Amino acid sequence: MVDRLLSRVHGEPHPVDPVDAVWAHVQQARNLKRPHTLELIKFMADDFVELHGDRLCADDTAIVGGLARIGGRRVMVIGFQKGQDTEENIRRNFGLPHPEGYRKAMRLMDMAERYAMPLLTFVDVQGAFPGAASEERGIAEAIARSVAVMTRLRTPIVVVITGEGGSGGAIALAVGDVVAALENSIYSVISPEGCAAILWRSGEQSHMAAMAMKVTAGEQQELGIVDIVIPEPGEGAHTDPAETARRIKEVVMERFDVLGRLPLDDLVEARFKKFRDIGPYIVADRPAAPPPHPGITDRLRGLLSNMPSLPSMSGTRHDVPPGREEV
Amino acid sequence: MPVRLPFRPRRDAYPPDLWTKCPGCGEMLFNKQLDKTLRVCPHCSHHFRISARMRIEQLVDSGSFVERDADLTPVDPLGFMDLKPYPDRLMAAQLQTGLRDSTVWGIGTMGGKPVSMCVFDFFFMGGSMGSVTGEKVARAGEAALAERIPLLIVSSSGGARMQEGTYSLMQLAKTMGVVERVKAARVPFISVMADPTTGGTFASFAVAGDVNLAEPKATIRFAGDRVSSGTIGEELPEGYNTAEFQLNHGFVDRIVPRPKLRDEIITLLGFLIAPSNGQTEPPAASLTSRPRSFLNALTGALIPDGNGNGNGNGEQTRGETSNG
Repeated sequence: MVDRLLSRVHGEPHPVDPVDAVWAHVQQARNLKRPHTLELIKFMADDFVELHGDRLCADDTAIVGGLARIGGRRVMVIGFQKGQDTEENIRRNFGLPHPEGYRKAMRLMDMAERYAMPLLTFVDVQGAFPGAASEERGIAEAIARSVAVMTRLRTPIVVVITGEGGSGGAIALAVGDVVAALENSIYSVISPEGCAAILWRSGEQSHMAAMAMKVTAGEQQELGIVDIVIPEPGEGAHTDPAETARRIKEVVMERFDVLGRLPLDDLVEARFKKFRDIGPYIVADRPAAPPPHPGITDRLRGLLSNMPSLPSMSGTRHDVPPGREEV
Repeated sequence: MPVRLPFRPRRDAYPPDLWTKCPGCGEMLFNKQLDKTLRVCPHCSHHFRISARMRIEQLVDSGSFVERDADLTPVDPLGFMDLKPYPDRLMAAQLQTGLRDSTVWGIGTMGGKPVSMCVFDFFFMGGSMGSVTGEKVARAGEAALAERIPLLIVSSSGGARMQEGTYSLMQLAKTMGVVERVKAARVPFISVMADPTTGGTFASFAVAGDVNLAEPKATIRFAGDRVSSGTIGEELPEGYNTAEFQLNHGFVDRIVPRPKLRDEIITLLGFLIAPSNGQTEPPAASLTSRPRSFLNALTGALIPDGNGNGNGNGEQTRGETSNG
């Protein structure tokens, strides 16, 4: 934004507006023709057996998973599956998973651990299905537990963000020893539209929101959230799914080789530590922000009332500006 | 020309620092009285949102709370700016609440027993979870783990803080990693959900307690209306976002009115804290020494060293699998 204004002042023609560039990136990440889990695994694996069902009530088609043999190695693969056309999208609920999807994923993770198979997840989801059905069956619980299971799973985990890494729905399958991302993918705490609706109070500012949240794979790598960015062939992954799959396979296999050499205890400890340490903060040396200056009425009341002040928290009465809540 | 009297008219018969209008029943409530009723409306029992410090005061044994890490301060890792720059929003929230971030954590006693607690303050940017918030929740959990004292988290939070981008999202993994270890070590974890508990906060530690308590009529849900309507073009039906809904669908154990909350937590901890060695409690042998099933008895007989055997070992196995 500032750059854009400055370039106008200096009369320098800016080749591409950065906001537009970011938005083009978001559109690329959402391209319907991008290869999803099943397409990628078809190119990557010599053999793949899909498994269905959460063993509780249903099979969610927006999350797929199963046993794969990739480069001679047994791998448990779990990933999001959007459709490539409207018909498939309707069948796959537009790639928006219900709790059953995450519960199926947890079931497969558990299986991967028990049969000593490394886990590969593909992340491409706008977010978990935010409707009534999802809420009734506990989408929050399913996501929380899936994250928890991944933080302690005793097998190597490689995560590849292939399209949209959107919010809690994505992190539920994205707690890995290694988090890789395709070049044109995005990763964000909330969809740009959602962010704009809440912070700008207008869905039309989603371009700005996407830029402010630094959603692109490259930016996420700079922030230390994504470990590896995998370049896409040609104009993007959708133009050459086979080559995309080959590049992913190369990175994933190499990582599994490295991770497979670590003792399991060290591996799990390192994964825990990796996520335990994410998030910058500082330790302030100045005193805490003073409580708001009490108004004259407060001070008068303080003088007049003989209400005993509470021992350790006398300064906290003014924390809540009375009467201002629930407006 | 109207004559101006030297007296200003009484513009507001109910000055806001003395009176609060109850959004539940419309009654005007005297603030001092409201504080005495723990900020619950005496007429319609509407639960007002309260600050973290007030919550702690209401829960712990008087004067027992010692805050830790009050000096952790958020930074602006993305250089985020929406309508206002993020540092401005932080500064405003810090001035308003006297806190550096949206949580207060420390150790206090409840019924004489030490408890590691982390309490959210909704008045600090909607109680949103950024890096410092996640860090404090994690530290509270680690202290509980290290000292083997119960963990109590009182949530009142809109979810992950958008201004810190994916760093906020990663706090789900950070906090759940610690909570998972707390539970694996059989250290009790009680989660209290106050109004509101939504988004990333609900979808991580808040829903993951050994016991999940909620305040009456608190908003508890995963997706906000603006997200729902923006993504799938539908909003949740009436009543789909309350503590009562979550109780009916199995994600909350009990709904506890605020005046009973402290006692209820103390009662629960009485059950969950294992008696120390000095104390005597009738051994639970009658439960654990018996093989749990015919199959276990069989595997126990066939494979003497197997884990399927009872004899106290069984309890451990059960404890571990129930976390899975």
